[in-house]
Amino acid sequence: MKDRVSKVYHGFGLPRLIISAFLLTLIIVAAGTELSVPGLLSDALVRIGQNGIYVLAMVPSIQAGAGLNFGLPLGVIAGMVGVLVSMENSLLGLGGFAVALLVAIPLGVVAGYLYSLLLNRVAGQEMMVGTYVGFSIVAGMCIFWLMAPFKNPALIWPVGGQGLRVTLTLADTFGGTLNNFLNVKLFGLTIPTGLLLFYALLAFLLWLFLRSKPGVAMEVVGRNPRFAVASGLNINAYRSVGITLSTVLAAVGYVVYAQSFGFAQLYNGPLMTAFPAVAAVLIGGASTREAKVRHAVIGVVLFQTLLTVAMPVTNQLIEGNISEIARVIVSNGMILYALTRVTGGEQA
Amino acid sequence: MSVPVLEMKKISKSFYGTQVLKDIDLRVNAGEIHCLVGENGAGKSTLMNILFGMSVITDTGGYEGDLLVNGDHVAFDSPKAAIGAGIGMVHQEFMLLPGFTVTENIKLNRESTKPNLFSRVLGKKLETLDRKQMAADAKAALDKLGMNIEEWVTVAGLPVGYLQFVEIAREIDKQNLQLLVLDEPTAVLTESEAEQFLDVVRRLAKSGISILFITHRLDEVMAVADAITILKDGELVQSGPTQEFTIAQIAELMVGRKVDTSARLGAEQAREGKKKVLEIRDLRVDMPGERLRGIDLDVYEGEILGIGGLAGHGKIALANGIMGLYPSRGQVRYEGTEVPLNNPRKALDLGLAFVSEDRRGVGLVLEDSIANNIVLTSMQTQDKFLKPGPLKLKDQKQITAHALESIKRFDIRCTGPDQIVRRLSGGNQQKVCLARAFTQNPRLFFVSEPTRGIDVGAKSRVLELIVELNRMGVTVVITSSELAELRSISDRIAIIYEGRLSGILPPDAPDVEYGLLMAGKSLEEVEIGERPSK
Repeated sequence: MKDRVSKVYHGFGLPRLIISAFLLTLIIVAAGTELSVPGLLSDALVRIGQNGIYVLAMVPSIQAGAGLNFGLPLGVIAGMVGVLVSMENSLLGLGGFAVALLVAIPLGVVAGYLYSLLLNRVAGQEMMVGTYVGFSIVAGMCIFWLMAPFKNPALIWPVGGQGLRVTLTLADTFGGTLNNFLNVKLFGLTIPTGLLLFYALLAFLLWLFLRSKPGVAMEVVGRNPRFAVASGLNINAYRSVGITLSTVLAAVGYVVYAQSFGFAQLYNGPLMTAFPAVAAVLIGGASTREAKVRHAVIGVVLFQTLLTVAMPVTNQLIEGNISEIARVIVSNGMILYALTRVTGGEQA
Repeated sequence: MSVPVLEMKKISKSFYGTQVLKDIDLRVNAGEIHCLVGENGAGKSTLMNILFGMSVITDTGGYEGDLLVNGDHVAFDSPKAAIGAGIGMVHQEFMLLPGFTVTENIKLNRESTKPNLFSRVLGKKLETLDRKQMAADAKAALDKLGMNIEEWVTVAGLPVGYLQFVEIAREIDKQNLQLLVLDEPTAVLTESEAEQFLDVVRRLAKSGISILFITHRLDEVMAVADAITILKDGELVQSGPTQEFTIAQIAELMVGRKVDTSARLGAEQAREGKKKVLEIRDLRVDMPGERLRGIDLDVYEGEILGIGGLAGHGKIALANGIMGLYPSRGQVRYEGTEVPLNNPRKALDLGLAFVSEDRRGVGLVLEDSIANNIVLTSMQTQDKFLKPGPLKLKDQKQITAHALESIKRFDIRCTGPDQIVRRLSGGNQQKVCLARAFTQNPRLFFVSEPTRGIDVGAKSRVLELIVELNRMGVTVVITSSELAELRSISDRIAIIYEGRLSGILPPDAPDVEYGLLMAGKSLEEVEIGERPSK
């Protein structure tokens, strides 16, 4: 019994125990105020499903040795184009969602592969280069959004008739499709079953991939390229697989995010998408050299719940709107903390 | 009798309890060329580090014994102090700034200066360089060496052979130089350059500077040395004037060691009629620091072939080249089929396995478990340890079972198959490497430096395992810096010298023959017992 407790403790790790304890305290405090605890938790569930796939996207990139994928906006934009194509044709419900995915995934594959060719040339500095690839692509796409040949009046500026709007609503097309699928209400808690199931499915598929022969090869390439060469593996090919997979997950992640959020924010919208995902996977116990699906799942649950619960609670307790500042400090502080640590996995 | 320039008395040194030098005495007289010879690891470098007060010595508890320069007791706590006392050193690796001119390199940090307006006010640091004086000094130093290099060219454009002379010019430009240490100076020189170099050394000695000359080339020793000191395993073997030695004797004294060769004797005869499994023709491998410059070698079925030679001569590159880890050219045929070079996957597919000398860099995934390290290569190249089905999922049950079996068979001391390899001792890590290679079921097995950095107990177990594999019908090519180890398990031993095959010997060949081959002398060339002509 004692052994098992100790094993669970070591598997979970001290930082996560502390965060969990803090979270529990917050929830208890919230119960003491006029806030609705089931409401907060419902929000948290939605946000977990909404952001979870971005966090999963970090895993293949880390395992392939390219570090955290700060170039996440690249995949997000592929997803965005998918969503726009679906909206342009006014497709509704699950059909619209499916078409968005069908467009987003091939775009993600192409963008991810080209991105991997770049990263393979700058091995060792993927995170720095990736950050700026993300920033650049967002800026470049700002021009595209203005010139894009979309015609649907719901998407383009009402006056002038060209260029996409900054914020688009999905309420009339496929917004909330997954969230409302098999939606369950329990003790005042709303469970977005479809959203969580879709997330769980992707997490399972990724887990399967990492246990397969190419997944293991990718991990070896990431951990010790010289060993990988001596075992007859093509390093760049497997790095490309990991980075492309990460980009595709980001594209799928955006489609899911948009339908849950209900809005698509173009232009500078995707600029910072990588950072909360990076923070979450690191909180979950990953390092820049090792990440498991487990880390991504634990991380997104803790990080997003913390944000959803902490903001209203601090607002209740402290005069003035400090919660946004607190959020920025927590998420960026976490990234800083985790990037300074070389060890990970067991020791994190 | 005059006072020697340098005298070392009863010098002993141990690193963390391992004795690397024991009671070494060394005397270098004024104007004498004194040669220091010994195998890699004999203690030559440590002795020089002591002489120069290097931090590796001072940081690890200093040394025992006395150091006398011109009869005075000294103890240098930094290279600067040693240089101040008139000792100069030319390193094996060139310590020159490529973008600077010859003059600037020679006078670096000792520039001649002349005062100017600012320096009069603000101090000596701001004085102008006296380029004329510097150029004149540099020219004088180069002339002393009989070198015809323009002092104003940049070092970057000079041929390798000249760099050595620039280094020496820098040392002799120091006014008080009385002892010059040359650490394997001819290793990078061509034969004609080396000859020119030896002339310079003689000229220097005539001008009164004592030379301490470290080299592996025994003919050079005979050609220039006035006196010779031979080290072996950190002990002084013999020291005396050159006339007392022959090349053969030096070779024997350098290498000589009690060796148990009984295990494999007679195997040489058994080789008769066996077929060649590997034919190597003109193999060139571009491995930094261990270049192989064209080698022809045959490996016979079922034998253990040892590859020996001194560090830096390319013995390591043989296996690395065939396995495709370093750029290579040439022809390698395995059982009649061509082994494509520069393609590790093809070599593995042909049934070749390799345990690298760089255990932690190439041999293992340090952050991964013992079980994964053992099965990874086989899983990727042979589709083993996978569940049936199109997904090719890894079969954890089978992996764990195999790992447990290997742990038992190889006697890997660990907490279990899930332990991270980084936490294992060197010996146990090596056993994991061997287990990985065995799992591949190789037919031809390359292993490099299998016992480097592991404890004595694990050492014998590792060698036993290699012999065990060989008994199962696997041909083994073992590369090692430890000749005794090669001689204890090999059927034949090929010695590599300067990237080429120097010769092949049976394990019971006399020490002297090994010494000669390692020094680049072919056996026909030197009649054993020949007296040196000087």
